[in-house]
Amino acid sequence: MKKSYIIVGVIVLLILFSIFSIVGSYNNMVTKEESVAGQWSQVENVYQRRADLIPNLVATVKGYAGHEKETLEGVVEARAKATQTKVDVGNLDAAAIQKFQAAQDGLSSALSRLMVVVEKYPDLKANQNFLELQAQLEGTENRIAVERQRFNDTAKDYNTYIRKFPKNIWAGMFGFEKKDYFEAKQGADEAPTVEF
Amino acid sequence: MKKILSFIIFINLIAFTKAQDCLLEQPPVQDLVQDYANILSESEEQELRQALLAFNDSVSNQILIVTVTDLCGYDKAEFTYTLGQNWGVGQDGKDNGIVVMVKPKEIDGRGEAFIAPGYGLEGALPDAIAKRIVENEMIPSFKNQDYYEGIANAVVTIMEITGGEYTADEYAKGSFKKMIFPLLIVILMFGLVFFIKFKQARRYAHTNNLGFWAAWALLNSSGRSHGGSWSNFSSGSGSFGGGSSFGGFGGGSFGGGGAGGSW
Repeated sequence: MKKSYIIVGVIVLLILFSIFSIVGSYNNMVTKEESVAGQWSQVENVYQRRADLIPNLVATVKGYAGHEKETLEGVVEARAKATQTKVDVGNLDAAAIQKFQAAQDGLSSALSRLMVVVEKYPDLKANQNFLELQAQLEGTENRIAVERQRFNDTAKDYNTYIRKFPKNIWAGMFGFEKKDYFEAKQGADEAPTVEF
Repeated sequence: MKKILSFIIFINLIAFTKAQDCLLEQPPVQDLVQDYANILSESEEQELRQALLAFNDSVSNQILIVTVTDLCGYDKAEFTYTLGQNWGVGQDGKDNGIVVMVKPKEIDGRGEAFIAPGYGLEGALPDAIAKRIVENEMIPSFKNQDYYEGIANAVVTIMEITGGEYTADEYAKGSFKKMIFPLLIVILMFGLVFFIKFKQARRYAHTNNLGFWAAWALLNSSGRSHGGSWSNFSSGSGSFGGGSSFGGFGGGSFGGGGAGGSW
């Protein structure tokens, strides 16, 4: 009689304990997932900031280097592509991030081609408006680097959390999935070639 | 073998005598003027420090001036905002810190300067304006080896812009009266120091049963604020005008904004 009471008590305790642990880790997962989503929107913000600078930049360059049509159109096209590529925050998997990154990298390389072209126009390079746009662009690239780094950090924090035992079981049950990281740009380790 | 060994020792000696340790990996040094490159004299440092301290006390924006000889292998932008982030320049939540970094020109290198505002001041001090401050206020003086003038000019401009004296747009237009605002700030700071001293003197007069002017004279002639213990000397941080001291960086955050230049 007494023995079965103890057994029932232990079982009840165990169940209660695991319920609390599940609730606690579920709530933490939600918090962490939300901060990943929040950080993602920061990333999108800074990329958007860069996209917003481009019309102004293109207009300024056009005034001095109108016949560099191909390069300018390349930038405009790449910008359109980059702003169209939206990522659903609820679905930050590898494919989505890679697609987003590919579009943004396309814009980055179009911009760096433009900056190489600009070197040929000393008047443009001395233009105050252009200099400030360039400063803003550089600042934005720095912001992008910072926010991407922070996104990776929050995603790593979240991933580490949901993959540890026993939370990985609850994570699987409630459908929390691993988030993907930003990777260094393809070919970022190669210095761009400048031809004279 | 021996040659290689002595070469390695030689390199190490250079590294140890010349370069400072990488600042980014150190815990924050709670000081608003940090001259590791030794381009400011003691009195110049003190002057800047007092101005920044008064600014920090009145507007709560924290401006850190740091001069270095080594960027730890980072570029100037990354070094500056990472330093601000790691050390938490500015208040938590307001993110109102600014780091002004100067790396003086050496025989075989370029001089670098960078101004990085925290998240909260990116609106007040946009990249284009930061760039203008570096190009217009700092680099011309730096080219003449006058580091103090360049830094002081830049800091005064930053204070005016971020203290709400006038907006960044007005600075860009150049429509402000260039002489009056610095003068106003100087007067304001003198006023602040005077006010603090006045309060101290009154308290001193009260506690010591002296007349106000006697207390005033006593306080000023002694040159140090009374009431502190002798052990204060060991900290050796120098006396701040009015006896206030820097309360430390507050954990502000940096998002990578700002601009710089080289010469």
